Amino acid sequence: MTTAADFTETELVVCAAAKMLAHSNTVFAGIGLPTLAVDLAHRTLNPDIQLVYESGVAGAHPESMAEGIADSVVVSGAEAVVNMHALFGYVLQGGNVDVGFLGAAQIDRFGSLNTTVIGDWDSPKVRLPGSGGAADIMANAGEVFVILRRHDPAALPSELDFVTSASPVRAAEHPDFIQPRGFGVSTVITPLGILRRKDRLGELELTHVHPGVTSEQVWEQTGWDLVVSDDLSVTQEPTAEEVRLLRDEIDTVRLYLR
Amino acid sequence: MDSDTVVSLPHAVEKLVNAGDTIALEGFSHLIPFAAGHEIIRQGITGLTFCRMTPDLLSDMMIAAGGIDRLVCSFFASGSAGSLYEVRRRIESQDPAPLPVEEYSHHAMTLRYHAGAARLPFAPISSFVGSDMPGINPDIRAVVDPYTGKKIHVVPPLNPDVTIIHAQRADRKGNVQIWGIAGVQQEAVYAADKVIVTVEEIVDDEVVRADPNRTLIPAHAVDAVCVVLTGAHPSYVQGSYDRDNAFYREWTPISQDPARLREWIDTHIRGTKDHEEYLDAIGRDRIAALRMAPRPSGSVDYGRRPDASTERSSR
Repeated sequence: MTTAADFTETELVVCAAAKMLAHSNTVFAGIGLPTLAVDLAHRTLNPDIQLVYESGVAGAHPESMAEGIADSVVVSGAEAVVNMHALFGYVLQGGNVDVGFLGAAQIDRFGSLNTTVIGDWDSPKVRLPGSGGAADIMANAGEVFVILRRHDPAALPSELDFVTSASPVRAAEHPDFIQPRGFGVSTVITPLGILRRKDRLGELELTHVHPGVTSEQVWEQTGWDLVVSDDLSVTQEPTAEEVRLLRDEIDTVRLYLR
Repeated sequence: MDSDTVVSLPHAVEKLVNAGDTIALEGFSHLIPFAAGHEIIRQGITGLTFCRMTPDLLSDMMIAAGGIDRLVCSFFASGSAGSLYEVRRRIESQDPAPLPVEEYSHHAMTLRYHAGAARLPFAPISSFVGSDMPGINPDIRAVVDPYTGKKIHVVPPLNPDVTIIHAQRADRKGNVQIWGIAGVQQEAVYAADKVIVTVEEIVDDEVVRADPNRTLIPAHAVDAVCVVLTGAHPSYVQGSYDRDNAFYREWTPISQDPARLREWIDTHIRGTKDHEEYLDAIGRDRIAALRMAPRPSGSVDYGRRPDASTERSSR
């Protein structure tokens, strides 16, 4: 496999995510970079992967690039469309989703996510979109992948402004409750590197730095005392074939590749 | 009875939607009942509690128009348009007035409609252990599971005074057929006291009865059916017209500017008599360009008992 002559940060992140989907069966994803990652995994490492959208579509075969999770092109030709009660109740809470993709404004060291507010909920500085399906995905997906668009102490703070989607570590602080089934966040891909959690009740560790980035830089840009893995490695660069697939076959209109 | 069910949209809204009501307008990206929301704005109905999983552009319009006092939802943005700036102004700077918000997750909203439809006292959900959401929403509570002795969160039933949805078609009795993304419409309809369904067309009874599995909403749950062609614009109707994606992108600068947003509402909603005039204001060429190419389903065979027809005809 030859490494691509040139690649963007987005392409590096998408290819890294795709490689981690090699052994997943069912992936719950929003539109954007996760869709590209699932499509790329499907074409390279995992022809059996199935994409589930929160709109109720399973096994979409869009004839053109979808502009949303409920775009008409994800419905036409799909393998199944179920209503939202079945999707969130049976498909997701019932334990049929291996990997859920989430974005977030903030993530903490145990992988809890904030997508609700910056500042106080009562008088927010910035009102964010809220949970949508995020809290449901965190509790019920086998594991959660997070793609962050920035890596700095504001996005990775020591304490979240608001916990929208709680990691199993936080859930475990309430032992009188039935515990969520999911592992929580297993993988965080940022513009600087990759963070992973090995244990369900453990914390994130830096496992990969992107080419040209040092672990010290990542540590400085993280709002807590980030643990660096003993077997820290450099993120594999995209191959020429992966970049060709992304540009010439998957996102030909450059909707998400920028 | 038939003529009582099929009415004009202005008539249905006037008769069934009252000031101070709790109303649900559902449709997940697909089949959003925009025309009905616009009619509520035209009629100047106020004091409403507005329930909608993903508020979308429709809530930006209805909140800016001044009729909404409270928002019940699970997401505060539009998938492709991004932020809803009227909603953000109301929440971040109480401009022009505060907007009380009751927020849930998608699954929680789905379960609220489900509990409402089934007239259950609550529905259990496993999404909130360790989350701050129960802390800001006193209606997300916990009960002890009588079987394991452990606690689980519950959400209350949501029973709107009126639920409004849009659909591909219905018959004259009000049997409603939907295909494509069906979201939470069945639950939201059964949860409500009164139901208005806007449709692209009224079809003969035989069309519905040829494919009864496609009837998501039986007539007994429906109070009014209104024919509103292109009634989901700028959202879409599977098999008919596609989403007006350009409209969603153009919404951002309109939504960002309060004066421009109010001017847009005055011109396109208050300044038009009905949905036909709204479509004129949007531009007929633009609407025509959204038409989908056909991709019909294969048909299924429901069969019939071979002797049933002969027996009946011989009686």
